[in-house]
Amino acid sequence: MSKSLLTVEHLTMRFGGLLAIDDLSFDAAPREITAIIGPNGAGKTTVFNCLTGFYKPSVGRLTLFDRSDRTFLLERMDGFRIARAGIARTFQNIRLFPAMSVLENLVVAQHQKLMRASVFSVAGLLGLASYRRAEAAAVDLARYWLDRVGLVDDADRAAGELPYGAQRRLEIARAMCTEPVLLCLDEPAAGLNPRESAELNTLLLDIRESQGVGLLLIEHDMSVVMEISDHIVVLDYGRKIADGTPEQVRNDPAVIRAYLGEADEDEGAA
Amino acid sequence: MAAPSGVDFGRILREAVLAAAVAAILGLPLLGLRLVSGTKGLQVDQRWDWLVIGVLAVFFGRMALAFLRGAKPAFAKAGEGAGVVGQFVRQQQRPLGVAALGFALILPFMPFSDRYVVDVTTLVLIYVMLGWGLNIVVGLAGLLDLGYVAFYAVGAYSFALLGTTFDWSFWVCLPIAGLCAAMFGVLLGYPVLRLRGDYLAIVTLGFGEIIRLVLTNWVEFSGGPNGIPGIPRPEFFGLEFSRNPESGQSFHEFFGLSFSGDHRIIFLYFIILALALITNLFVLRIRRLPVGRAWEALREDEIACRSLGINPVNTKLSAFALGAMFGGFAGSFFATRSGFISPESFTFIESAIILSIVVLGGMGSQIGVVLAAIAIIVVPEVLREFSEFRMLAFGGAMVLIMVWRPRGLLAHRVPTIRLGAKGGDP
Repeated sequence: MSKSLLTVEHLTMRFGGLLAIDDLSFDAAPREITAIIGPNGAGKTTVFNCLTGFYKPSVGRLTLFDRSDRTFLLERMDGFRIARAGIARTFQNIRLFPAMSVLENLVVAQHQKLMRASVFSVAGLLGLASYRRAEAAAVDLARYWLDRVGLVDDADRAAGELPYGAQRRLEIARAMCTEPVLLCLDEPAAGLNPRESAELNTLLLDIRESQGVGLLLIEHDMSVVMEISDHIVVLDYGRKIADGTPEQVRNDPAVIRAYLGEADEDEGAA
Repeated sequence: MAAPSGVDFGRILREAVLAAAVAAILGLPLLGLRLVSGTKGLQVDQRWDWLVIGVLAVFFGRMALAFLRGAKPAFAKAGEGAGVVGQFVRQQQRPLGVAALGFALILPFMPFSDRYVVDVTTLVLIYVMLGWGLNIVVGLAGLLDLGYVAFYAVGAYSFALLGTTFDWSFWVCLPIAGLCAAMFGVLLGYPVLRLRGDYLAIVTLGFGEIIRLVLTNWVEFSGGPNGIPGIPRPEFFGLEFSRNPESGQSFHEFFGLSFSGDHRIIFLYFIILALALITNLFVLRIRRLPVGRAWEALREDEIACRSLGINPVNTKLSAFALGAMFGGFAGSFFATRSGFISPESFTFIESAIILSIVVLGGMGSQIGVVLAAIAIIVVPEVLREFSEFRMLAFGGAMVLIMVWRPRGLLAHRVPTIRLGAKGGDP
């Protein structure tokens, strides 16, 4: 098997008596798009929240391997350290900094790098050339991503003023500005019209190709999932019911049962 | 005045009666009955006429208000006027700022400037500085701090104690006082990291009270309610501002001037002007640095911040510490200016005034803070003649500002960085 980017082993998450994720294991490979799908309430976003440190998993091991082959045990790390290790994410309900400008949103994403360049703000307060260069580089990276998502002309507007689709794209651009190794997208196509979601497909494929970033995707829109995913993991009630290529998953009887609610005697329909 | 169409008289009457009834219930003990010390000890005096006048005033006042609301266009136009002024100030920020600075520099030498004018301006500048300091915490980082006066007190007492115990000069103690206040900022910040909004406000309020109560009750340390007298005055490069200096030369001898008490007042004025300007430059500068942007991002969305690798703990603590540091600087200036401090000067009302300066000015707006500080400090001074109605006018002015400009006088955010053209506001 090829080298993994992320391995999830026996991930289990309990909220009191509720078992949200039950012994989930899967791998995500670098330069691949891995989709996590499943009916509502299957535990997809919970998986993301465990991965990005918002929840501490009850059981399980989450390991990230970055480009220089360092390993990070994510289940022991704080959310912001996970982000520094190279996992960026977007949110199901967009979380931009609405009062700040589009460009500022992207510059804030490069906080770590700029903070180091400003030497705890001292070099920045003095206006040293080294800091100014770092800031210019940050703006260049931001400009690159604004160009990629088609928002250059809106750079100085407040992020909250943008139309919904543009906000979605901006959130992806912001995540990419952290220069991640793994990008986690929580329903990026939600609320987009067909044209926008086709553009999103292109953007995501492009990110995978040109940036060498692995993508982890939660999505309901099957036109997105089936078209761009290299690998799909299907969850139902917190358990993995299928794992494979889009072709395999599409024809898997367990998946069809979960989605169409074809009831058999023991389980009953949801 | 012709009643505008669509005014529902029945409803207005009902509301007026209701308001009058509430006024009657409240007014019965407050206006109607009064304790007077008579020949046989305390006696209850009845003032039913006062009560009737009060209730009638509320009744007609409520009606007038309802009609005014019917005549909304005129009211809104007044609001627009305020908006236009705000817009003008916003667009002309740099020239206005320079003009204000120039005026501040020559103010003490103007013909109309007597001791009183300089004193009041010094007071305004203290509040401007406090406002700018609190703006870091409230305006930028979005952490509602109701106990800011605690840091002001820490700064004042640090200098007062060091100055009276070790005879250290103001200039040595100033940075120490700032550091002490910053330390207290971290001390307060640490336990309240998880709190936001109302909860944070309550804890900071408690913190402010704790500091004040400790200062009041720990008599051996702080002199308790008697305060600390004889705090050293600042020196001008080692020159004292007194008629007969104990050691060395005094200012008027060195420059060959005749002695005047005004020299010190003017010197103090320039110290606070410089301190306030440093605060302003610092805040403007840091707002455009990664820390400043992280503060604003934290105010907008903490969860998104974490997902971008921003450490919320350090970011919040740095905001608390820096905001507190400027409070500490202002506090030690306050101590050296008045020469005497006591816990009386650091009550909750001070926190409330500083916070209202920030809120009225428009969160995060530097010039707004100046305007609001002038309004809040100078207006009561001007209205001193109507001393009994001062607070009434003060409250009324505040309500009006909030009705017309709910987000503050100058609520407008300028991006800290622009694509292409560098830089934001001055």
